[in-house]
Amino acid sequence: MKIMTNYSNAIKGLLGLLKGLKITGVEFFKPQLTIHYPRKEVTNLATYRGHIDLVAKEDAPLEPKCIICGKCAEVCPSACISMEMHVKGEQSFASPAECRTITVGHGIEIPFSGLRLPPAEVIERELDSFNLDYNYCSLCGLCVQICPVGSLTFSKDSYLAGTARKNFEFDLLQRLRERSRRSSQTTTAQEKR
Amino acid sequence: MTPSDNTTMQNILSGDYYTNNFTLSPAAEGDTLVLNLGPQHPSTHGVLRVVVELDGEYILKAEPVLGYIHRMHEKMGEVKTYAQYLPNMGRVDYLHALAWNWAYVAAVEKLAGVAVPLRAEYIRVITCELNRISSHLLWWGAYLLDLGAFTPILYAFADREKIMDILQIVTGSRLTYCYYRFGGVSADITPDFIDMTREFVGYMRDRLPMYKTFVTENMILRGRCVDIGVLSKEMAVRYGATGPVLRGSGVAHDTRKIEPYSIYDRFDFDIPVGKNGDAMDRYDVRIAEIQESLRIIEQALATLPAGDYLNPDVPERITPPKGEVYFAVEGARGKIGIYIVSDGGIKPYRLKLRAPGFSNLHLFAELSQGTILADAVSILGSLDLVIPEIDR
Ligand code: SF4
Ligand code: SF4
Repeated sequence: MKIMTNYSNAIKGLLGLLKGLKITGVEFFKPQLTIHYPRKEVTNLATYRGHIDLVAKEDAPLEPKCIICGKCAEVCPSACISMEMHVKGEQSFASPAECRTITVGHGIEIPFSGLRLPPAEVIERELDSFNLDYNYCSLCGLCVQICPVGSLTFSKDSYLAGTARKNFEFDLLQRLRERSRRSSQTTTAQEKR
Repeated sequence: MTPSDNTTMQNILSGDYYTNNFTLSPAAEGDTLVLNLGPQHPSTHGVLRVVVELDGEYILKAEPVLGYIHRMHEKMGEVKTYAQYLPNMGRVDYLHALAWNWAYVAAVEKLAGVAVPLRAEYIRVITCELNRISSHLLWWGAYLLDLGAFTPILYAFADREKIMDILQIVTGSRLTYCYYRFGGVSADITPDFIDMTREFVGYMRDRLPMYKTFVTENMILRGRCVDIGVLSKEMAVRYGATGPVLRGSGVAHDTRKIEPYSIYDRFDFDIPVGKNGDAMDRYDVRIAEIQESLRIIEQALATLPAGDYLNPDVPERITPPKGEVYFAVEGARGKIGIYIVSDGGIKPYRLKLRAPGFSNLHLFAELSQGTILADAVSILGSLDLVIPEIDR
C-alpha cells in the first residue's frame, strides 16, 4: 500500500515538473522583454526624475526664474545646493554681510543653516552661480517642491555617468544658459533655412 | 572557548570578537565545526552574518551577527529637520519603501495635527499596496533562488518591472521612493497611472495561477518547504514576530485590520493565515497577500475621490508641539513602527524605528536548531529579511 502511494506521489510530482517545463517552453517562444541598451532605449523616460535643473523665465531664456531666496538650499537634506550672488549694482560682494554667499556646505550642523535671506524686494540681487553637488543628492524632490517660483525641475538625465566626483558637480546656471543658447541656435538655424 | 583566553595569539588569529566569544552549544558532543554563514553569502541577502555551530550537517547553534550595514538612521533623525528626514525612509527597507514613508509621515502628522485630504489617503493606499506586491514578488523570486530554482526570479522581475513603471509615473523613481509628504503626497496620480494600475490588477490575477502550477505545486519546492522551520504560534508571539511570519503560524494579526489606520477600514479584504507555521505556510500567506492587495487596489481605484493630493496648509517648516507619538503601519515584512519625541523644535528630539525584520530574524537562532544546514537556508529565506532594515 505504502509503495503504491509512493508511486502515485512520484508520478504526480513528475507531472507537476512537466507542467512547469511546459510553462518555460511556452515562455521561451514569446517575444523578449529585455531591452538591450544601448542598441535600444526604454520608452518611459518622460516620467523619470533625474537631478534638478533650473527653469528659465519665459521672456528671458538666459535667466532663471530663481529669486535667490535660499529655501531650496536650506531644505535639502544633503546640502547639495549652494549659490553665489551679488547685490544688484554692486560688483564686489560687499554689504549686507548676510547676503553674500549662502554657506550651506557640509558643516557639522548637518544641513540646516537657519539662514533666511531678506525678500528680494528688500535687497535686489543677482545670481552668479547655482551649484548642485549631485554626488550627495537623494532625488527626494524637496527642493523642487519648496521653490516658491517654480524655478527648479527634474532633468531627464537618466544615462548620466562619470568617473570622478567632479563629473557630478554642476553649475546649474551655466547649464541653463548653455541649454538656452543651444536651443536658440537650432531655432535660428531652422529660421535661416 | 571562554572570553578570558581570547587574547592568546592563536585566538587572535582565529577570528574576530564574535567567533572568539562564541560559546559552544552545551549539546555538543565531540568535534563540532564553527562556521560563518555570511556576511557575504548568496542566501543572506545583503550583509547578514550567522555564526553556526555544526555537528556534521546538523546545526547545533546559530547566532546572527548584525551591524554590517548600520547607517545610524535613528541618530540621523535627530540632526535633520522633519522634512529632511523623508529620504531616509526610502532607504530603511528599500523593498517596501512606501510603507516606511507612510509610517513616518503619519507619525509626524499625528503629532502635529495635520489633516490629510481624502484623495491623498486613497493614493497612499494604492501606491503602498502596489509596493507591497512588488516586495512580495521580489521575495518570491529571491527565495526560490535560494532554494536553487533560477527561472522564477525572471518571471517575478518581469512582473515587478510593471509595478515599477507604474510607480515611476508618480514618484519619479524606481526603488527608493520618497513620495509621501506631510499632509499628502508629492504628486497627483495621472490618468495614465490609473489605467496602467487597472490593467496591472487584471494582468497579475491571470499571472498568479501560472505561479501556482509553475512553482507552488512543484514537488521539489514542496520538499524544501513543507514541515521545514515549523514556527509555533507561541514562539512567534514570544519573539514579537509580525507580518507573514506571524500570520503563517496562524495568528490573524494585521495592523491594517487590528488598528485600522488611514482608510483601510473602508476596504473589504481578508487576512490570509497559515496552519502549521512551516516555510510553506509563510510562502502561501505571501502569495495570498498579493491577491488581497490586488483586491484593495481595485476597490480604491473604483472609489477614488477627487480633491487635493496635498494639504495646502502645511507649513514649509513643520514644528510639531512638545510631546511624543507612536504610529504603526503594516509593511510587507510586518509591523513598522515609528516613535518620535518632539521638544517643540524643528528637529525630532528622539526618533526610534521599529523594524519588523529585527524581531523576525531573531527567531532564526531557535528555529534553526537541529535542522540541517540546507534547511536553515530555506528557513532564513522564508523569513523575508531585508538587512538594511534590521541594522537601520
Ligand atoms: S532632490 Fe533632494 S537631495 Fe537632491 S538637491 Fe533637491 S533637496 Fe537636495
Ligand atoms: S527655492 Fe527656488 S527661488 Fe529660492 S533659491 Fe531655490 S531655486 Fe531660487
